[in-house]
Amino acid sequence: MSLKLKGDFIDNLPKIYGLYTGGFLIFVLLMALLEKNGVGADTIGILFVGFTIVIYAAIGWLSRTMQVDAYYVAGRQVPPVFNGMATAADWMSGASFVAMAGGIYMGGHAYLAFVVGWTGGYVLVAVLMAPYLRKFGCYTVPDFVGTRYGGNTARLLAVLVLVIASFTYVTAQINATGTIASRALQIPFEMGVWFGLLGILLCSMLGGMRAVTWTQVAQYIVLIIAYIVPVIWMSNKQGFGIMPQLAYGDAVARITELEATVGLGTLAKVAAPVDFPGLKALATAHNAPGDGMAAWKFVTLAACMMLGTASLPHILMRYFTTKSVRAARNSVAWSLFFIFLLYFTAPALATFTKLQILDPSLATSIIGKSIESVMALEWIQKWHEVKMVAIVDANRDGILQLNEFFMRADIVVLATPEIAGLPYVISGLVAAGGMAAAMSTADGLLLAIANALSHDLYYKVIDPKAETKKRLIVARVLLIVIGGLGAFVASMKLTGILGAVAWAFCFAMSGLFFPLVLGVWWKRANRAGAIAGMAVGLGVGTWYLYMVKWGGMTPWIGLDHLRFGIVGASASLIAMVVVSLMTKEPDAETQAMVDEIRIPKGETVLGSH
Amino acid sequence: MSESQQREMHWQKTRSLMIIHLCIWFFFSFVVHWFAKDLNAINFIGFPLGFYMAAQGSLFAFVVQLFIFVKQQDKIDREFGMAEDDNA
Repeated sequence: MSLKLKGDFIDNLPKIYGLYTGGFLIFVLLMALLEKNGVGADTIGILFVGFTIVIYAAIGWLSRTMQVDAYYVAGRQVPPVFNGMATAADWMSGASFVAMAGGIYMGGHAYLAFVVGWTGGYVLVAVLMAPYLRKFGCYTVPDFVGTRYGGNTARLLAVLVLVIASFTYVTAQINATGTIASRALQIPFEMGVWFGLLGILLCSMLGGMRAVTWTQVAQYIVLIIAYIVPVIWMSNKQGFGIMPQLAYGDAVARITELEATVGLGTLAKVAAPVDFPGLKALATAHNAPGDGMAAWKFVTLAACMMLGTASLPHILMRYFTTKSVRAARNSVAWSLFFIFLLYFTAPALATFTKLQILDPSLATSIIGKSIESVMALEWIQKWHEVKMVAIVDANRDGILQLNEFFMRADIVVLATPEIAGLPYVISGLVAAGGMAAAMSTADGLLLAIANALSHDLYYKVIDPKAETKKRLIVARVLLIVIGGLGAFVASMKLTGILGAVAWAFCFAMSGLFFPLVLGVWWKRANRAGAIAGMAVGLGVGTWYLYMVKWGGMTPWIGLDHLRFGIVGASASLIAMVVVSLMTKEPDAETQAMVDEIRIPKGETVLGSH
Repeated sequence: MSESQQREMHWQKTRSLMIIHLCIWFFFSFVVHWFAKDLNAINFIGFPLGFYMAAQGSLFAFVVQLFIFVKQQDKIDREFGMAEDDNA
């Protein structure tokens, strides 16, 4: 393989990744064979996670570069379909892979707001943002803000929002890599976090965006296989066929029936054991959307995730790597398609898992069985040991009721193969997939932060005369420092995976959504307006989050801490429009620049720099 | 038509296309889910429709919508001579 011969490499992409996919499948079969021959589950887990990380690191090494264009935007030559896969991996984080099906399992319909929000956001990316930012020709998102509005204040505010949003997000990802690495490799969580970071840095440090792009494509292939194979297997076992996503309607109906017989919603609440933090008993119906406030909560959460999607710099910057504006647009559509493959599977997975546990006609069910027999199950014992599953016989009848079974929502995806009694090789595959999902997102986020600091803060503000070599060294040092900080914060376990992710979206939309959109779509938007928009949006959003989460304030119309972006972004819009109209319109040069980004043809606004 | 008129027309059409797609987006993002409870009474390929839309229906719509958008925008770009060279 000649990864360094660029022209060849791009032309041969389908072949290279085809071989890679085939190789990975052979590896999976090999593991299955080893399992058959009595190799222990632990060894298989270690091989899965270890082998895939070595591959990613090798791709990272082969993609090393000392060219600015390759480091920041992968040389602007990534074909749309491959950029779509890379974006999908960049996008689907540990939260999507590990926590989403679990969230749907526990939260039912209300939780599907995440599924809708995390896909619908791409419509905004394609229609409002990506093609125009690509035409602009910037290296980073603050680069656009800084040039469109002019002046260091605007640029630095954009860097600030980017760092806050992305750093919140990246700690959650490093946390997820730590969780998975610690389970698969049997090391303590804190060590798992640093181990995960090492893998992430190996993928990104030497080759910047170019290395991240090609590892993310490899990671997407692993994660999508790892997500879909177990679901198809399980559904086939239960008689729902091999396209479970289209056939699980009956399972939804069956769960609704079963919920009545097991007494969901009528049983008294039992307290979870105190030494098992974060465990919950199932108490929400699978399919019971409400109206009024419940509907409001659904649409506001979806809105936050969508506007956040369209403002998150690590996603937007993926579209800087395509060859043309047309390719950028095309690539957004492909990204959404690849993301869709996982997201329309997640509700199916949650539904099947719930059915496995509830349905007394299935051998896997545990509700209504004797506690003694449930405690003897291998998966219950294993997850009980790590304090992620607990059973309390509250009414002392020796039978497990729904309100007596507790588990952490996060484990649904990882534990499902074991619940369904699939061979361990599947669990190993799922662990590798979760690792790929968390690593690929962490890569993209770390790179977004380090690039903004090295390009926008260091090169554009502090030392505009710095030579290429120095710029790229600064970028790499920053990558290590920020990664280390992220791992340090993650090892303190401050927030759950999901809470932190939702906050990142809200921070991003509060500070960046309107300055970016109006920068393209409203010529009259000017520097003072943009500065006001970013500062007020970020300020009001942060204040509201603080007041609702810690300050004891009653949320306004149900906008809780997961939805603070609505408040922040509204404030940002008002501030930006009012201040823009009160101050002078942008000069002719700026207006001409906006005209230029609105048409695909011609040179990019920023030449190579 | 002069170059500036071309640009003006191109932007007008681009803007209309944006508005149309944001309306479709708004419908599948918010409107259908607002009525999820009522839609659940309808059976769609074995699913209660309200659940189906949140778990799959809206997602399908977004994907299809984007591929159509790409085609439409490209057509507008070409119509007014604003598209990039094909081999660019």
